Amino acid sequence: MSETAIKLDYKKGSIFIDKVQALLPDGGNLNLCLTCGACSSGCPATELSNMDPRKFLRYAAFGMDEEILKSDWVWMCTMCQRCVYVCPMKIDIPQLIYHARASWPREDRPKGILGSCDMALRNDSCSAMGTPPEDFQFVVEDVLEEYREAQPEFKDMEAPIDKQGAELFINQNSREPVTEPDELVPLWKILHIVGADWTYGSKGWAGENYCMFLADDESWEKVTRTTTAQAEQLGCKTFLNTE
Amino acid sequence: MQDPCQIVRKSYGDPIAEDLRFVVKSIVGEENLIEMYPNKSNNYCCGGGGGFLQSGYKDARLSYGRLKDNQIQTTGADYCVAACHNCHAQIHELSEHYGGGYQVVHLWTMICLSLGILGPNEREYLGDDLKEVNIFHPETAM
Repeated sequence: MSETAIKLDYKKGSIFIDKVQALLPDGGNLNLCLTCGACSSGCPATELSNMDPRKFLRYAAFGMDEEILKSDWVWMCTMCQRCVYVCPMKIDIPQLIYHARASWPREDRPKGILGSCDMALRNDSCSAMGTPPEDFQFVVEDVLEEYREAQPEFKDMEAPIDKQGAELFINQNSREPVTEPDELVPLWKILHIVGADWTYGSKGWAGENYCMFLADDESWEKVTRTTTAQAEQLGCKTFLNTE
Repeated sequence: MQDPCQIVRKSYGDPIAEDLRFVVKSIVGEENLIEMYPNKSNNYCCGGGGGFLQSGYKDARLSYGRLKDNQIQTTGADYCVAACHNCHAQIHELSEHYGGGYQVVHLWTMICLSLGILGPNEREYLGDDLKEVNIFHPETAM
């Protein structure tokens, strides 16, 4: 609670919540809050950085933009949507968070997320670890060869890259090919046993998209379009995001 | 088992949570799956999502995850199945940080273990109790 009364300074039409409402379907219900607090009572981020979902929304509704646009709590909310799930008015607080993130100057956003996004923009892999397509291809082929020999029951197992017309387009978190390649294999085995017709893409094979977490619209769209364009070009029917 | 927000609440809802349970129960046996509450579409996020793992706010992230760690420790389970990469990384760290000592495994590891096709080098996240169980081609251990 504030010790002194808060004097509200509405600047009609220019406050943050109005801008976000204009972007969301049905305004994201942002002005329907009953202040019940169900969001905050069930939010694991409540009290981090002296903030909670209800408080954040109230600040926004009161036009106290400075309070929310300077709060680093927007990087501690995981946008998990539990607050929306329990909200009687289905208010889309995570979208408010997303747009608050986007209002930060790009260079001031958390370095780890920023760096992972920039890595993804380096080449067509779209990997947060910056791994180029040829390195991914080398690891996949090398590991596959090794396991076909070591475990002869899987001598016909495949891990195709750019297989034209495959049913499933499957992407892959970068951590396996880059840091623990043996962990790729159990998934391949399961796909082999069930007779799945699948492929990775040489472009957009990486499943993670830190540009989205960075709230960098142009960049996350580029990452997403790179991977979906590859799936479409290969004629795959189903895009399976393993992230 | 963790219900990943991205797969359950944010994508396919309770029906896929039931599918996940069908798979996990088929692997470990119905009597060995201990539920956390709340769960399914009403689960708590583990704190690994939304870029939190890379945001640099480590103390806040671990504090966020305490709720999840409490839920898991309350079950007394030896293993937490996390069918999401972010959940896996975060919950693995929660187990170490809060000293719960439970293992955190990918779903693919458990499926292959139950099918008897999990080799000696594919067991990074199994605990000592399962590390040597039913090894496929043990002679290829590295």
